[in-house]
Amino acid sequence: MFYKKTLHELMELVKNKKIKPKEVYDSVLDRIHKKEKEINAYVTVFEEYEENASGGELLGLPIAIKDNMHIDGKPTTCSSKILSNFVAVFDATAVKKLKESGATFIGKTNLDEFAMGSSTETSYYGVTKNPWDTARVPGGSSGGSAAAVASGEAIAALGSDTGGSIRQPASLCGVVGLKPTYGRVSRFGLVAFASSLDQIGPITRDVRDAAILLSIICGHDPMDSTSANVGCEDYTKYLDRSISGMKVGVYEAALRDCDSDVQKAMDDSIKILESLGCEVKPIELPHAKYAVSDYYIIAPAEASSNLARYDGVKYGFRASKFDDLRDMYIKTRSEGFGDEVKRRIMLGTYVLSSGYYDAYYLKAQKLRYLIKQDFDNIFKDFDCIVSPTTPTEAFKIGEKADKPLQMYLSDIFTIPANLTGMPAISVPNGLGDNGLPLGLQIMADAFREDVIFKVASAFEKEFNLRDKLPLD
Amino acid sequence: MVDRDEVKRVAKLAMLELKEGQIDKFAAQFNEILDYMEQINELDLSNCEAAFHITELQNVFREDEVKPSMDRDVILKNAPETDGESFKVPKVIER
Repeated sequence: MFYKKTLHELMELVKNKKIKPKEVYDSVLDRIHKKEKEINAYVTVFEEYEENASGGELLGLPIAIKDNMHIDGKPTTCSSKILSNFVAVFDATAVKKLKESGATFIGKTNLDEFAMGSSTETSYYGVTKNPWDTARVPGGSSGGSAAAVASGEAIAALGSDTGGSIRQPASLCGVVGLKPTYGRVSRFGLVAFASSLDQIGPITRDVRDAAILLSIICGHDPMDSTSANVGCEDYTKYLDRSISGMKVGVYEAALRDCDSDVQKAMDDSIKILESLGCEVKPIELPHAKYAVSDYYIIAPAEASSNLARYDGVKYGFRASKFDDLRDMYIKTRSEGFGDEVKRRIMLGTYVLSSGYYDAYYLKAQKLRYLIKQDFDNIFKDFDCIVSPTTPTEAFKIGEKADKPLQMYLSDIFTIPANLTGMPAISVPNGLGDNGLPLGLQIMADAFREDVIFKVASAFEKEFNLRDKLPLD
Repeated sequence: MVDRDEVKRVAKLAMLELKEGQIDKFAAQFNEILDYMEQINELDLSNCEAAFHITELQNVFREDEVKPSMDRDVILKNAPETDGESFKVPKVIER
């Protein structure tokens, strides 16, 4: 039953020669064989154990990787038909760092096509189910990673987060998901969706595992010129500390849009933070209510540019029937992309097109600055901000599939951290009225992951879902 | 208001082709999304700075040095069609 353990527990067992990493790999593989038909967390499972003899701290233990990051020699599909035949020819920097730290890889997890979605329903490889209730979505876009970690089909995983794609599925699946500060982790080898917002981070069963993985994957990388040239540290040193005296802001306006059980969970978590000695006060973020509009102008604009590269020439799928070169591009893209990706490319093309640029894109960039200022002002007086991660529990499969705006609004609390670049974590915050997990989001100022780990670790000690995860 | 023609115009710019049934659906969805986005017009943004990036980063320079890049056969590995040296595309120049 090794698959039920956390990464740090397994590291300890392997270090003390109590177990071999291959036994853990086999245990997870067995679990995958048992659950995968029901959950569909993976696009590709690596059935063969490839030893990692580097001796690094992860000691050969298996990590799952979202299928929009490259592992040399393995497929990267982005859950899209257009990359369905693509095999990576280099390692993403985050993957390379994991390899150097002794990791092995168990498979590539499912996602919304090109990470565009909040439910993992737009995958070319089928919907991933929420292991707490398979009639519901696991969230998205890193729904495969979150469902795998929650169900024991993985010990820990990497995801990517452009508007909440790590935190929202982590919340809906009852696990921990961290979006680091923009620039903290190199994006080299992460297939680009919206380059000014994308960030890689860990999805794990507890805060310690998130700290271990971030300590490994962070750092400056010359291959990503937006990666920050700031020092990296061992974030586990911020765990198990007192948070007495911390100033915590509560984004109260957000609560009005939430279900009543989400509001109650927030009230309870505020009481916990107060009991730990935090000074908790309501805050105002006057422009945060515009975040969804802002995001759905900026992210599609960047996506429309980034996804122009899929043309059936250099890699990936090419349509079989066409008249000439131009028609080949059009047929390839029209057959290769799913509806949501088309919608976002077109939305982005629209807001960037002549006559609309000033009305949408330029305004959105100005608004992004105002949103950033709101947060900068708060962080002058507060250490962190808390809010629910999502306004509701996991919704039913199909419920929002044909209602893009409703789907977009489920990201309302997670988007600001991407627009402002600041780090944010989602930690389990109990169960709602239907017995489904809820999440608490903790946001801090840029490059203050130390604050996030201190608060998340202290909170988790008081309150977690460890014994309730669907691991049996 | 985005109508059918506008949807077709944008699709063309994005090198996409929509099926007949999709055009009306996309138009309706775009209108719903753009209507929601109207909320940003409540704000007077005329005197605001635009945040084209949110990090403190300035231009990142490096020395202009020649370094080895990926092997040609590695780069061609994923191409739908090659002649062993280059990507192949349908003929674009008429003789």
